[in-house]
Amino acid sequence: MSELAVAGAAANTAAQSPLSLGVHNHIKKTPRGKIKTAAKSKSNTVIQITVLVLLGLTVYGFLTFDYKNIDLATALASTLDNASTMFLQPRLSYNSFSGAMFALLITFSLGALATIFGAIIAFFGALLCAKNIANPLVATVVRSFVAFIRAVPTILWVLILTIAAGLGSVAAVAGLTFHSAGYLVKAYSESIEEVDNGVIEALKASGASYWQIVFQAILPASLSFMTAWTFLRFEINFSTAIAMGAAAGAGGIGFDLFMAGSFYFDLHELGFITYIVVIAVIVLEMFATKIKAKVR
Amino acid sequence: MPILEFQDVSKVYDKTTKALTDVSFSVDEGEFVSIIGPSGSGKSTILRCINKLVDATQGSIFFDGHNITTADKKEIRKVRKKTGMIFQHYNLVDRLSVIENVLHGRLGHKATITGAAGIYSEQEKENAFAILDKLGLADQAYKRCDELSGGQKQRVGIARSIMQEPRLILCDEPIASLDPSSSKVIMDHLSDINQSMKITCILNLHQVDVALKYSKRIIGITSGQIVYDGPPETLSKSKIHEIYQSSEGELITDVE
Amino acid sequence: MLNKFSEKLKNKRASSKAEATQDTNVSQASKQSSNTKATQDAELTQDAKISKWQLDKSSVFIKRKRTFTLAFLGVAVLFAGSAIITNYNVIEGFTSIPKVIIWMVQNLVPNEKSWEHLPSILSKLAETALVAIAVTVCAALCSFFFSLLGTRTTKANPLVARVVRVIAAFFRNVPDVVWAILLLFSFGQNVLTGFFALFFATFGLLTRIFIETIDEVSSSCVEAMHATGATTLQTVFQGIVPSSMPSIVSWILYMIETNIRTSTLIGVLTATGIGYAFDTYYKRMDYASASLVVLSIVILVIAIELISNQIRKVIM
Repeated sequence: MSELAVAGAAANTAAQSPLSLGVHNHIKKTPRGKIKTAAKSKSNTVIQITVLVLLGLTVYGFLTFDYKNIDLATALASTLDNASTMFLQPRLSYNSFSGAMFALLITFSLGALATIFGAIIAFFGALLCAKNIANPLVATVVRSFVAFIRAVPTILWVLILTIAAGLGSVAAVAGLTFHSAGYLVKAYSESIEEVDNGVIEALKASGASYWQIVFQAILPASLSFMTAWTFLRFEINFSTAIAMGAAAGAGGIGFDLFMAGSFYFDLHELGFITYIVVIAVIVLEMFATKIKAKVR
Repeated sequence: MPILEFQDVSKVYDKTTKALTDVSFSVDEGEFVSIIGPSGSGKSTILRCINKLVDATQGSIFFDGHNITTADKKEIRKVRKKTGMIFQHYNLVDRLSVIENVLHGRLGHKATITGAAGIYSEQEKENAFAILDKLGLADQAYKRCDELSGGQKQRVGIARSIMQEPRLILCDEPIASLDPSSSKVIMDHLSDINQSMKITCILNLHQVDVALKYSKRIIGITSGQIVYDGPPETLSKSKIHEIYQSSEGELITDVE
Repeated sequence: MLNKFSEKLKNKRASSKAEATQDTNVSQASKQSSNTKATQDAELTQDAKISKWQLDKSSVFIKRKRTFTLAFLGVAVLFAGSAIITNYNVIEGFTSIPKVIIWMVQNLVPNEKSWEHLPSILSKLAETALVAIAVTVCAALCSFFFSLLGTRTTKANPLVARVVRVIAAFFRNVPDVVWAILLLFSFGQNVLTGFFALFFATFGLLTRIFIETIDEVSSSCVEAMHATGATTLQTVFQGIVPSSMPSIVSWILYMIETNIRTSTLIGVLTATGIGYAFDTYYKRMDYASASLVVLSIVILVIAIELISNQIRKVIM
């Protein structure tokens, strides 16, 4: 009982070493004779190495970039100037407001179509690669294929499909669908893997067929999670559809952004359309949050 | 002179939720006091008012003779330095080693920079080891805290607070997440600290039987008001029911 | 976005599971108590409870069926509306698939001539990868500092915290293509155009994520450290940094991977990096070389994903 008192008194007076012999066996010292405090953990070492490597690559990057003798200060100052024109004096001159709204609707629709297609494809893809219900070999093949699909940037899919399928919404939707499907397969299969194995086994034992298991056990159990993922992907698809409009001429509000900025050089117009987009993104996010809360 | 004194302390959260209403009591140096009461009755708020994690809305709190309700940042740090705190969920930095967490008790005593950099003197480290040894954890010193069991984590929490050389230790539900045998270990350590080191202890407890067994004084609180303040011997069954606003047979302590 | 989100979902799932087990406990308890023949009254109320419970259950099923039908109809309407608005030809959408695959197999294959472009492609790829890394690291440093002002744990001025959150939301919601177009005015066809465009978007996203991460992983230990009398700076370096570092590193790795893809997009728009390389071959109709660009990006992204997964496995 009174041992603690000794330790406490030692802490208070900071006199000579109060340590018993037994404790010394547990103390580790640094090469310089100081008492170590840090835990020896692989995790901390890996974190340190990762951070150092990334910092090193960053410095190397900055040293090797081809800046083409740009005057950074001037460029930044003029960007700030442009930004203030854009955000503080938004005005439409080339597009009508209703025209911009319709363009927004097109972008929204492109995102919606890609999400619907992506979700349907991903559902079956996820069934093929969820570890708890799929054949391991098939799962590996599907997973690798999906990883490949996801690794290709959406812009490249859209550009490639534009040649192959012609300019228009078919190419845009298909291009957006690729990445959506890849992303959702991963998300859905994780949701399916969370389903209680006991439920699946119980149904199997009762002689249920594969599709009965899928629709009676897996779908109900993971539906809310899949819905949440789908809405998240819809938000992403909306933003990506804007980008595709701007960079690949896929139409919609993104194309208007591109025209305002890079064709008419009209900062006021660029600002106005940006505000429309920002408001749309925020509204969509709020709407999605509400639906997700309801599905729960 | 009492080490702690509450004078008509009230606390209102968000301008509407009353947590404490005119709470007055004083605690003498070396006391071992348990505060009991239903969840949400304001036990936690009382403890957090003492070390200013929560600011009282009205009334005065005196710690060691100083009115701390009006304390500025520097004075708050002084109060906290002298006050250890133990939490239900241990509140350790899980990814740091046990010894580093114990040394966190010294942060209040150190300059900002050396503390932030985690530089401690050899003496401090040896003291930390001595305390860990007495709590039976010296062999775990270099483990990460997330590798420990709940009871061990709570002992690290105790070690951290002793490391502060506190006058007062506040324990917010110290055993609520522990199994009975770890709970006993923790309670024994706390009462040992109280008796051998003369550190005042104030505990929030859910377990009435534990409170009755270990403490010399019990404060019962209901809806932010003190309804009992006295030794465990005079705490009648009906009083317990008044504290928990329950009727005969509804409490686990009624089962004998 | 993926791992964070799935964590949240898991938490939700855990709580709903807990509820479910509670339910079964209740029903078991009720069965047991009806077995131990208590008074007639108790039995009756028990039965009433059970039948009411069954009623609730069946009404749940009816409700579920109705929501299901409604949701299905909603999706169908959304699909039809979207198809009409975008002039999407559903039949063409499906018939084009085999056509597309045949075209890709025939054209998107590197040929001998395209391999000559490999060194220049790789150097562009390296530039893009370095931009993605540099952007993410710089944005992460700024975001971490900003998120310290925005989190509840450091008890910074609430007004400052709100301002930080609004600024982060602004940068997050303005599309990266807008930043690219704006920067193109002053920076022209320069590596910094892509750098800053990506920086703004990444900064906005990471600030929000870091605020959430810090609030989630370190609020309890920071409270304890404040209680010992530690100063804010001490709690940051001794509490927040060690406890949030794994999540932060994991997010940085995820953002690097995303930013390589995004910087390809911005490269197409601003004529820089690997995006420009693709665009050049694409416009020259040199599809063999373009396919080599695609392949090199795929290999890089998958490599980064694999390395990141290994790192995550150790640090989380």
